[in-house]
Amino acid sequence: MVTPQTSPATAAPDRPRPVRRRRARSQALVFWLFVGPFAVGLLIFVYVPILWSLWLSFYDSQSTVTPTEFVGLRNYQDMLSSGPFRESLITFTLFAAFIVPLTFAASLGLALMVHRIRFAQAFFRSVFFLPTACSYVVASLIWKLSIFNGVRFGLANTVLEVFGQDPIPWLSVAQPPWYWFPIISVRLWLQVGFYMILFLAGLQRIPRELYEAAWVDGASPGWKTFRHITLPQLRNTSVAVLLLLFIAAYQAFDEFYNLLGNVVNYARTPLQQLYITALGASQDYGRGSAGAMILSLLIIFVTLFQGKLFGFGKPAE
Amino acid sequence: MNNTRSRAGTVGVYLGLSLSAVLFLLPFYLILRNGLATDQEITAPDWKLFPTDLQWGNFSELFNDQNVPFLRSMVNSTIVATLHTIGTLLLASMAGYGMARIPYRHANKVFYAVLGTLMIPSAVTFVPSFVLVSSLGWVSSMRGLVIPGLFSGFTAFLFRQYFLNFPRELEEAARMDGLGYWGSYWRVVMPNSLNFTAAIAVITFIAGWNQFLWPLVIGQDQNSWTVQVALSTFLTAQTINIHELFIASAISIAPLIVVFVFLQRWLVEGVAQTGIKG
Repeated sequence: MVTPQTSPATAAPDRPRPVRRRRARSQALVFWLFVGPFAVGLLIFVYVPILWSLWLSFYDSQSTVTPTEFVGLRNYQDMLSSGPFRESLITFTLFAAFIVPLTFAASLGLALMVHRIRFAQAFFRSVFFLPTACSYVVASLIWKLSIFNGVRFGLANTVLEVFGQDPIPWLSVAQPPWYWFPIISVRLWLQVGFYMILFLAGLQRIPRELYEAAWVDGASPGWKTFRHITLPQLRNTSVAVLLLLFIAAYQAFDEFYNLLGNVVNYARTPLQQLYITALGASQDYGRGSAGAMILSLLIIFVTLFQGKLFGFGKPAE
Repeated sequence: MNNTRSRAGTVGVYLGLSLSAVLFLLPFYLILRNGLATDQEITAPDWKLFPTDLQWGNFSELFNDQNVPFLRSMVNSTIVATLHTIGTLLLASMAGYGMARIPYRHANKVFYAVLGTLMIPSAVTFVPSFVLVSSLGWVSSMRGLVIPGLFSGFTAFLFRQYFLNFPRELEEAARMDGLGYWGSYWRVVMPNSLNFTAAIAVITFIAGWNQFLWPLVIGQDQNSWTVQVALSTFLTAQTINIHELFIASAISIAPLIVVFVFLQRWLVEGVAQTGIKG
């Protein structure tokens, strides 16, 4: 597998140096021809904004991107002290506490069921995967105007009526927080199929011999084999799924924005709060940037922590 | 394993799956049902599963509605999602090939710089990106909608991993025939990576079509709305008829359902690939 390109030193040990140097230089040129367009874009549209944002976060910059008044950490203090941004972090924590385990369990459950059957496997896989094609906006629309509509009509209230229950104003009342039902269920519906596919791929990689050996050892298929074979073998997939679910929950915006709108002041996600701070009436880029930095640090911290905890990134055994 | 207990288990599994399938398909049915009903029927207190008679005229009503730039937003979405897909694939596959195959002293540093961007979700960078894009004067323009989203570190990373496992023998044969790096990338490696590329293409297209936050931030005048922004605006405004909103939603997901049904094999493959590597 060793080619002259990967190890010029062994391929041409006694060639004169200038040739090798010229060759290295031309290879550098070719490298940048391939990677350059992408790297430049990454620099301009990812690195520059982040650094610019970092700079803005230390300045008082309302409606301007070239501020002059340095305020140090005040923007950070303002964002973290009691107020809508801190409340949004609580909203996110609650949301993640619901959606991460629920999606994990539901997608694993569906994957186990689909994996087990022979007949109509492709059909069921497609049905559960289909919502992935739907956008959060369209799903929110169905949820808001058809399923979890207000007091008078809507599918959920019709079902409640069948059981003799009073209709519930799902999205318009903050206390009690009925809005969690539509918020959680819409995301569950949209993303379960995606993670089910990941689990299915993981299940297909488990060698059959493991189950056969367990069968010979007297373990009947069921909870025991699931606990001692399936779950440990799905470890890498599970860690990846948990991490992806967490990141996705933390980026929640679309369904909160479309189901609850920007008018209500309960249950806003951090991203929604940043949207309002930076692009709303106040146009406060300084505080918005500080918030973005706080969120970035949070996600980096959690990713690294989770990586340390689960050994994420290690090659599969 | 054909004892009665496991047969009963199988029946249970099919029951569970069928029940879940009905729940999963219900929202799709509701879009069509409401799109073909009258507003009175959608908002009727005594909710019925089937509308009494189907209003096929709702389609033409939507397209003739002067207050709703629906057609325009569909065209915008088509352009955005297509350019997004082509651009992302080209840039990321070239970068991935370069990082995987071309020996260069600083290649690792470049790779880590790409890897570093994976940690920061693009949604968090929308504030600084908006600041940058607006100072470039790209707000409400096709450039502003498309260009900043073309540089997906994750896609470049996936291509790099894929190309690392690509058989070198094929490329060596190409080298013998006198092809340089560009020639072997374009004429040997890419044509032999169509399955992988198709998988990534389907995912990128769906993501491009469904993205919401960035088009919402950038599309500040009505002519640059994508279909997601348009739908969202009608959802929060009170001016549109509900049945028009539903028929518009149905039309907006139709292209994706088509993509989905015809390219499902690649889609599944791509998801399995992206998820595990992520």
